[in-house]
This record gives sequence, structure tokens and C-alpha cells, in this order.
Amino acid sequence: MRTTPFYPRLRELNHSHMWGNWAGYLSATKYDLSSKHEYFGVRNAAGFFDTSPLNKYWIRGRDAERLCSYAFARDIRPVRPGRAQYTLWCDDAGFVMEDGVVFRTAGDEFLLTAAEPNLGYLRGLARAFDAEIVEATEDFASLAVQGPRSRDILAQLTPDVVDLPYFGFAETKVAGSQVLCSRTGFSGDLGFELFIPADQALPVLDAIIEAGTPHGLRPYGEEALNMTRIEAGLPLFGYEFTSSRYAFTHEERFTPDELGLGWTLRGLDDPTRPFIGREAILAERAGAEARWRTVGITMTWRDYYDLHASNGLLAIPDEVPVPWEVMIYDAEGSRIGYATSFMYSPILQRHVGIARVRPSHAEPGSEVFVEQTVNHEYVNVRALVTTLPFYNPPRKVAAR
Amino acid sequence: MSDTHAYDAIVIGAGHNGLTHAAYLAKAGRRVLVLEQRHLVGGAAITEELRPGFKFTTFSYALSLLRPEIIAELDLVSHGFMPLYMRSHFAPMDNGDYLLLGPDAGVNRQEIARHCKADVDGMERFEHDTLRVRQFLRPLFDNAPPNLFSADPQDAEQVAWLVKHLGSADAKLMHDCVRLITGSIADFVDDYLESEIIKATICSAACVGIKLGPMSPGTGLNWLYLAMGEHDGIAGSWAFHKGGNGGFTEVLARAATASGAEIRLNSRVDHLITEQGQAVGVALADGTEFRAPVVVSSLDPRRTFLQIADPRELPADLVQTIQRFRFQGVASKVNFALDGLPRYPALEGRTDQYLGFVNVAPTVEYMERAYDAAKYGWYSEHPYLDASIQSMIDPDMAPPGKHVMSCFVMYTPHELKGASWPAHREAMADRVQATLRRFFPGFDDLVLQREVVTPDIIEERTGLSEGNIYAGEFFPHQMYVFRPAPGYSDYRTPIRGYYQCGSGTHPGGCVIGAPGRLASMRVLADTR
Ligand SMILES: Cc1cc2nc3c(=O)[nH]c(=O)nc-3n(C[C@H](O)[C@H](O)[C@H](O)COP(=O)(O)OP(=O)(O)OC[C@H]3O[C@@H](n4cnc5c(N)ncnc54)[C@H](O)[C@@H]3O)c2cc1C
Repeated sequence: MRTTPFYPRLRELNHSHMWGNWAGYLSATKYDLSSKHEYFGVRNAAGFFDTSPLNKYWIRGRDAERLCSYAFARDIRPVRPGRAQYTLWCDDAGFVMEDGVVFRTAGDEFLLTAAEPNLGYLRGLARAFDAEIVEATEDFASLAVQGPRSRDILAQLTPDVVDLPYFGFAETKVAGSQVLCSRTGFSGDLGFELFIPADQALPVLDAIIEAGTPHGLRPYGEEALNMTRIEAGLPLFGYEFTSSRYAFTHEERFTPDELGLGWTLRGLDDPTRPFIGREAILAERAGAEARWRTVGITMTWRDYYDLHASNGLLAIPDEVPVPWEVMIYDAEGSRIGYATSFMYSPILQRHVGIARVRPSHAEPGSEVFVEQTVNHEYVNVRALVTTLPFYNPPRKVAAR
Repeated sequence: MSDTHAYDAIVIGAGHNGLTHAAYLAKAGRRVLVLEQRHLVGGAAITEELRPGFKFTTFSYALSLLRPEIIAELDLVSHGFMPLYMRSHFAPMDNGDYLLLGPDAGVNRQEIARHCKADVDGMERFEHDTLRVRQFLRPLFDNAPPNLFSADPQDAEQVAWLVKHLGSADAKLMHDCVRLITGSIADFVDDYLESEIIKATICSAACVGIKLGPMSPGTGLNWLYLAMGEHDGIAGSWAFHKGGNGGFTEVLARAATASGAEIRLNSRVDHLITEQGQAVGVALADGTEFRAPVVVSSLDPRRTFLQIADPRELPADLVQTIQRFRFQGVASKVNFALDGLPRYPALEGRTDQYLGFVNVAPTVEYMERAYDAAKYGWYSEHPYLDASIQSMIDPDMAPPGKHVMSCFVMYTPHELKGASWPAHREAMADRVQATLRRFFPGFDDLVLQREVVTPDIIEERTGLSEGNIYAGEFFPHQMYVFRPAPGYSDYRTPIRGYYQCGSGTHPGGCVIGAPGRLASMRVLADTR
């Protein structure tokens, strides 16, 4: 198993000794014995998470913008240098392959982060353009610093973070190293990500730890990451969807609208921007209703408690997201969807899930029933459909 | 309700129960006025910035008993409710060793085994048996006690329910219940555990706020009461509310005002106004009067019945019962502003032991001896301390790198024999600091400031008689259908329209909200 450039320090910090496997790299499941503790670090102070295994690619050249605006479903053209954009890319049939973040570092240069390897795919596309794709994954160590204190902590190291707008970034110096620091993240909170030359990873991390410890900064692992991103309503590749490129069945692929990502497609009917999947998406929107809608679901404390108490059990909710899909039914017991992520949210004091349901049940406030196991029996428990995200503090996007 | 009044109900006191009560009434559409004597809400649940950037939880300091139904029903999350996780329980020992229990059951087994292998399963059996007791008693805890002494058929129905529920227990469960409710915690844990530090850790939780030592019968009940709390469903687990319990009562105040309740600060109620045996309003100390057909007192029974109401309007036997009601506060707080974290030599370089409670009670005997002093009207030479460095859990409690430490101190009786608290306050706090110094070398050098809160101060600031933190001792004869007096556990009083909703009613004290909530159900039902 490979390790990331931060590993020598993370190994010292990982008191749980629990590591997961992220694309062949050791990635901490949790550093503390409790991921809830790390979660509160992010929600009430600050936490840092090693994102180095993310795939990173430079897209450069005279046609870089044209290539991006063709490859990605979201229009890159309004994005100025110094700004980043959440995006996704689709196949010709309008199904989502992947999502990622594009950083526009110059008029003709972009840095893309992606969950999965895409070098071959992007190079294939680039052939028709005056642009090159350069693999950069291992050139960077990348670190997310998230939470209400993240700005105060980083501001001690570089003044450039102070006025960064949401999805803005700056190339700046931290602890003597040139880093790209963006106001982005996966926690749904105020937060930043740093892209650090791999050989400078440790001094930069050490400086952040030193600045952050008095503020309650702590490392967090995959479990806490997963908790915070579910509260933020953010889809995670491998949970909410997988690449349509590798689908065997129609059930395994989804359109942007079905994933709740239709908002990225503003300007879809702009004829000056052909992109992969556009025709199919236009046809989908003109045609019959989508198969699914992505919604939030919540279960009240009362329903969860009564379910257990009436069966003679203690009601002890688990904040660690369940590793399976949770089936959703209507009042008559017909299946109308499934939750792709489901957990107890300590901040919201109730269970929450990201779910796909039939459009007929997608209105916020609709009553649905979630399948739970109690005393070795399946029981359907009342839940309510909500909008996403569940947690969205104003500080996430607010100016200082 | 009558339209001749500006308000449908007046609530006396903006402690957490008064606020909870007001929020429920307001949510049901009632026009509610809350009158609070102080310049801030919260009563015994406040946070004060006594030094720039340092926030002190003057009185109560952690959250567990709060009923989850209140969080849900009042939608407290939308008003800022945020219980932070208290990750560990750290108990230093005389020999320099320690017991450190944390979030992981497996690791806790190893830690217990380090002290005593037999206690690994001993602890698990103890937990399971007491969880069953807790589960069994929960419906009693969360519902108003039936009136055993009434002839009303509705009451008879509830008594029948109670009898049926009690009958559903198996023999062991019933025996465990009675052993806990009537016996001492020291006896109870002896049946399960051998290790002194593990026994002491459990016993200490049974001695919080009560004028009893771990070997006194009655401490089982106090232990059980506190174990009725939970955090995220984990029984007996405590949380720290963001900003302290003052942060919590601000959330409650927002919930109440968002529903239309009006909170008037600096408004000390002097007495209840009645007309023909019916409550019609209150008069403030400055003479201002407010009128409403319902007046609800969140004060303790002594104040509710003997000061706010005119005892001459009450049955003499009730007055006598309330006069006999035991308060006898024994708890103090010493709160510190610290320049850095204390050192514990056996855990040099680590700080995770401070992510929850620091419990200074190394043996059962240590606690019993601490209690001995109180029996004879004096404060402990070696006090039992339930401390917490709250800035470790919520960095907003102190400036970066600095800390606040809350220390709950047992035993410091309200009545000192032949002496008064003003003359002994600092000497008592010196003993607390000496105790901390004994376990944490160099502690004194960290102290930037200390706040000393003895029972006389608790009484003076909150109105809790004799500084009893629960608004009345947790003795079996002062609980459930007897709280605060037989026949008056239904939140009513003999004066029509005058109700009680404070910690002196069922189930009792702590930051729990249940009295406020259950009383609101009574008021709403009576005034439909
Ligand atoms: C030192 C200490 C530590 C504690 N620690 C904890 C803890 O960590 N966790 C926990 O759960 N519980 C703790 N408790 C217990 C808990 O804080 C109390 O039981 C609970 O807060 C009482 O709430 P209440 O609303 O019933 O009464 P109070 O909080 O006493 O509220 C009564 C209110 O009425 C006001 N008032 C009094 N007289 C008048 C008047 N005449 N007119 C108008 N207003 C008046 C008071 O100012 C006050 O605001 C502690 C208590 C103390 C004292």
C-alpha cells in the first residue's frame, strides 16, 4: 500500500491505528477512537483531512478553455483565473460519469481534481484540441482544512486566505512553500484546501498544526469526512453514483437531474457551447419525467425512539453512516426509492439521508417509510422528504 | 382564556424550566410573560464572561438529563442547540496512576483490565443491569406522576397504569430497582466490582449535589436519577452545550420568544395576587402588577408555596410538608481561568484525558470522608471534585491556548457550624486548589483567576433555597408522587390558576426541562 507525503506525521497522529484504502493509499479511517469527536472538530473548531489521493490533472494550452467547456457539463467560460468551479462530466447519452473541481489558474491553464483516474479519457478528448493533459496527482500533497476556525488558523500563515471568496483561490506562500490555497471543501462549512508541492508537505502541515492546535484543530478521517459531507448534501462517488462509463445496466447510471445536479447546467440551451451529453440532456428535459429525484430524508427522534422502545430496545443512534443502501417505501408498502447515504446527525439531532425517490414522492414534506431492522425483523419507519443540504451555515460562503 | 388580561399566563423565573414551560405554552398559542429577577436568563444554567475571552459556567456545567422530546418538540436545533461531545472520563489516582475511559468499548475493556481483570465483565454486567432498570423506569420518569391520593376516575386510570407497569417487571429487575432506589451506591457496586478506582468512579457520580456519602442509603437513587440522562441515546453520557449551559438557556429563550413569549428581565416577583382563591396575577418587588388567569412558578417549593403565595391561603398540612422539605445544599463551584493545560505526570505530553470530565475521587473512602465533614457542618479537607476543562471541548470558551476549568466541589454545607461562608470562601477554594495541585503538579502557576461559588451565593443569585442544586434533596420521600408534597405532584397548587414548573416538581433538578414540559401539559389541559 502506498502512503501520501503527509504520512510520516499522520502516522504519529493516528491513535486509532485504523487506516482505510483510498485508491491504493493509506487513508485514516479515524485518528481518534471516536469519529464523532473528529466530526465536532470540523463543526465547532477546525479539522484537517489528507486529500492527496485525489487525482489531479493540468489542462493546458491555447484550447484549454474550449476543451473544458466541451468535456465538462458545467460552463467553464465565466470562471475567471483565481476561481474554481464544481463540475461534472457526462457521456454522450447524458449520464454522469464523474464530478470534480476545476481551478482556473490562468486563461489557458486549469487544474482538475477527480475521484477516479481520467488521464486516458481526457487525453483522448484533447487530441482534437490544441491542449495537453498533464498528470499531476503525485506532484501535490493536498490538504483540506475545514471548520469555523479554519480561516483564523490559516490567516496566521498567509494573509491571502482572509478575503478569499467562496470557490476563490490564491497562489501564496505558507511556511516558505508556494501553495495553492482555495476556499473549497467537502464539509459544507467554512473551509479551505491547500495544494502543496509534495516535497514540502511536512513543513506546511507542521505549520498548520502549530497554528491550529490552540484553536482546537484536529485531524479527521474518512468517517468524519463522510458524516460532514452527508450533512452538506454533497454526493460522493461510489455512494451516490458510479461512472456511467462502467455501467452494465440502466439502473446503474444517472442523469445530472436525477442526481440533483441539474443546477450545474445553467445555459444548457446556449448553442455556442456544445458539450458531451448536451443533446441527450436536452431531450431528457423535453421528454418524459425523470426516473428519480435526489432528496433529503429525515427521521424524527420520536419515530426512532418509539420504534425501539416499543420493541423493548434502547434507542442508540449511530452517527457512522451505514455502509448499505436503505430502502424506502410509500405508505402502502410499495418501494419508491432508496437512501444512498444514511446516518444520525449529532448536530441536527436526527437521522438524515441522501435518497433517490420517484418524482411522485419528491415534494419536501412528503411522508415516506424507511426500512430498518429491529429484533431481526424489517420494520418501516416514517421519514420526511426534505431539501438538501441539511446543514448550511452562512459562514460557508460569507465574507469575513 | 379570558380576554380581559394582557397575558394568558405568567411564568415566574427564566431558569431553564421557566423558559421550557413558556416555550411550550407559547407554541400552543398562549400569550406568555416570563418574569426574571436577574439581568440574564438561565437561573442555574448561565455562562458569564468574567474575564475578557474567558467564559465561566458559573453554576451548572454539563448537559445530559435534558429530555430528548424537548429538543425535538421545540425544534431547538433550529434555534442553535448544539451539544458537544465529551469524549472521556479521567480519574487520577493517589499513586500517580489513573483510570481513563473513552469512546471505544474495546479500549475501555483494556483500561479496566489494567486495574482489575474481573471488573471487565463486572462493569458490563453492572451496565446491563442498570440499563434495564433505567429502561423500566423511564415511562415513570417521563410522565407526570399519577395522583395516588385522589378520587378522580382519571387519576384512578393512571394509578392502574402504574400498578400494571410495575407488575411487568421480573423479579430481578424489581429487586435491582428497589436496591438502587433505597440502598447505597457503594453496596450496589460491591456486587459487581473489585477495583477501588472503578468503584470510586461510579460512586462519585452518585454523590453529586446530595448531602449523602457513597455509603449512605439513598445514593443509589441519586446515581439512578443522573443515569436517566443521555447524549445521543447513550445512557448516562454527558455533553457540553456550545457556550456552556448559558448557551443552552439562550437557545431556549430564542425558542420561547420565537413562539411569541415575552421575557422581562430585572423583574423580581414579590407575590402572587389572588381573588377568591383564584390566581389573577403577580406583583413585582417595585409594585408593578401583571395580570393573567394562570401564574406558574418555576421557583423551588419553599419559594413557590411559602414566599410567592401567601401560606395562609394554603392547607396547613401542605405548608408543614413544604416547611419540612429538605434542601441543605452541599455543593460549590470553583471556576478557573488557566494559562495553559495542567500536567499529569503519568500522561506527559498527552491532552486527550482533558476532553471530558476530570474526576478527583480516587477511592470510595476518600469520598465518604469528604462527606463526613459535611455531617458535622464543615467543608471537606479533601474535597471530591468533578472538573472539566471546557475550552478543550469548545474552543470558544477561552482565548486560543488558554483554558477555563469548571470544578464542581463536594462537600460544602450551606450551614457552617458557628461560621459563615463569606469568611471561609477563599479557604475552601484553597483546599480545592491544593487538591488539584496534589494531582497536577504546578497547577497554581496556571491560575489566572478563580471564581468561588458557595451555597450561599447559589441561593442568593438563583433563588435555589440553601443552594440545593436540585431545588430539593433527592430523597425517596421527596420524589415522584411526593415531589414536592403528597397530592401536589401534578404541577397544580391548592390555589386555582397557580401552578409549579420548577425542579422541585417531578422528576426533579438538573438541566432537564421535564418539569417545565410536564407542567405545560397540565396547564394546557386545564385551560383548554
Ligand atoms: C453549582 C451548580 C452546578 C450544577 N451542575 C449541573 C450540571 O452540570 N448539570 C445539570 O444538569 N444540572 C446541574 N445543576 C442543577 C441544575 O442547574 C438546576 O437543577 C436547574 O438549572 C434548575 O433549573 P430551574 O429552571 O428549575 O431553576 P433555576 O435555574 O433556579 O431558575 C429559577 C429562576 O427564577 C429566578 N427567580 C428566582 N426568584 C425569582 C423571583 N422572585 N422573581 C423572578 N425571578 C425569580 C432565578 O433568578 C432563576 O433565573 C447544577 C446546579 C448548581 C447550583
